[in-house]
Amino acid sequence: MTVDTAQRRRRHHLLTAAAAVAFALFLLVADRTFDAFSLRVLNLCGIYVVLALSLNLVNGFTGLFSLGHAGFMAVGAYTSALLTMTPAEKELNFFLEPIVPWLAAVTVPFPLALVAAGAVAAALGFVIAAPALRLRDDYLAIATLGFAEIIRVVLTNLQPVTNGALGLKGLPRFAGTGVVWTCAALTVLFMVLLVRSAYGRALKAIRDDEIAAAAMGVDVFRTKVVSFTISSFMAGVGGALLGHVLTTIDPKMFTFMLTFNILLVVVLGGIGSITGSVIASFAVTVLMEALRFLDGPLALRIGEFELFRTEARPGLRMVVFSAFLMAVVLFRQRGLMGTREFSWSMFSRAGLLPRRRGGDAAGGTHGAA
Amino acid sequence: MALLETDKVTMRFGGLTAVSELDVRIEPGEIVGLIGPNGAGKTTAFNVITGMNRPTAGRVRLDGKDVTGLARHEICRRGIARTFQNIRLFRELSVLENVLVGCHAHVAPGVFSSALHLPGYRRREREARDFAFALLREVGLEGNADDLAVALPYGKQRRLEIVRALATRPRLLLLDEPAAGMNPQESVELMHLIRRIRDQFQLTVLLIEHHMQVVMGVCQRIYVLEYGETIAHGDPAAIQNDPKVIEAYLGAG
Repeated sequence: MTVDTAQRRRRHHLLTAAAAVAFALFLLVADRTFDAFSLRVLNLCGIYVVLALSLNLVNGFTGLFSLGHAGFMAVGAYTSALLTMTPAEKELNFFLEPIVPWLAAVTVPFPLALVAAGAVAAALGFVIAAPALRLRDDYLAIATLGFAEIIRVVLTNLQPVTNGALGLKGLPRFAGTGVVWTCAALTVLFMVLLVRSAYGRALKAIRDDEIAAAAMGVDVFRTKVVSFTISSFMAGVGGALLGHVLTTIDPKMFTFMLTFNILLVVVLGGIGSITGSVIASFAVTVLMEALRFLDGPLALRIGEFELFRTEARPGLRMVVFSAFLMAVVLFRQRGLMGTREFSWSMFSRAGLLPRRRGGDAAGGTHGAA
Repeated sequence: MALLETDKVTMRFGGLTAVSELDVRIEPGEIVGLIGPNGAGKTTAFNVITGMNRPTAGRVRLDGKDVTGLARHEICRRGIARTFQNIRLFRELSVLENVLVGCHAHVAPGVFSSALHLPGYRRREREARDFAFALLREVGLEGNADDLAVALPYGKQRRLEIVRALATRPRLLLLDEPAAGMNPQESVELMHLIRRIRDQFQLTVLLIEHHMQVVMGVCQRIYVLEYGETIAHGDPAAIQNDPKVIEAYLGAG
């Protein structure tokens, strides 16, 4: 490595560290000054980062078309909820049928419950992976979709454990800005390190050509199972966080629509791009809320003069949103980022960073910073 | 002892017998050719040897040990590497990364040891990188290390496939039509390359090829297949004069 590239790398590491500190400061300020609604949107962004990266690991980096994410999220959300609610609150929720005795008295600290949520989801993912990952492409998508529905139906009917269709209310509001964004940051860090490692290389090799990967000595099936299990863990944690932000969960929350929303983020950001998933998590979450006014009555005014007024049309938001999605897919078929990652060299090439002795012109495009 | 031995290997797909009672013996250090008209079952034979297909009958032995029906990656780890007739590179990986995937079994990354960049993993990964670079230099691809594999011109893609197979540190290298689409000049270079890597890495080579100049020039022995049957076997001179081979290639005169 030349002195110049070493210097450039050090500079980029410094920039990354500075950006991370700046974002942490922003979160700190936001946590103090934002109103409850904005703060909730901000935290939802963080949760979507976790969920989108989890789905991207399987769909984008390993090339497995899985649609079962809502199921793993549901398992995570219920696990964490049941482990953190106080016995009194559980009694309040389970009024149709009492909760099973072995769960009634359990209350564990939130971090432990969060890990447990991931672990239970991962265990389930591991069990599902064994039969499902013998399939490929559309067949795998249908199988995972089916498993997610099975999980939802089981949750609906397992009254003594999950309170059935009534769901659980009054989850402790543990998932504050700090917790959510710590999880998001850990997820991003883990993904960046994994994707740039030998293991990540094997995942991408499987995605690009499974037969060749096997012929090169990669244990394809085992690697797929590991990827799927890790992804399930993240989905479980994401689901748990979602539960503790919304404070209410029920089986209807975890339908295919939820998986679809996450898939939307992944496709929009770029299948196989960590940066893309992060950007799209923000874009989708914020847009979904910002466009909410479209669902209410609309009026076009000039000054005090009202030109016309429409009745409230719930769902119009989704029409606009779908149009936006179509535009992205039409004009940027591989999502906002494709499979590329953010790097500081992009900025210096575009002339946005001050140049130092003209050394920055030919930076690598693949280093995620 | 023979390095590779197939014992009456038969592969049927439904009613079609693609390979019938194939008996191949290859001694260490040999370069052996497998030829025959299109559809003769050459690639199927490769697929059976490398575990892509489980043979309907018969055994495959490597160094006297039965490897029939082992998983594909397991066979690779035992020392058989291959290239593909229709190039199968990892499209979205760089040239260097393609070769590094070949080193996978030697880096043996655990998901956490590699994500956390633990010391043992870092050392093995560094060694793999040095090894991969050395291999790329060997075939003159070091200047393309950071290019995407798909961006390479055709001839270089073929060479990259060979290098990637070499990265698995095989004892037996199976080359499926390495000279396909090459001009005479490139074919000659390929012949030199095959001999050179054989000597340098103490390899044994089995190759499928239609390019007769290459086959006759580089192979010490040749097996000829037609409709899955082995119709002839011997050194290049004998094969060239074998009436059955001439008939198979040129039609009955």
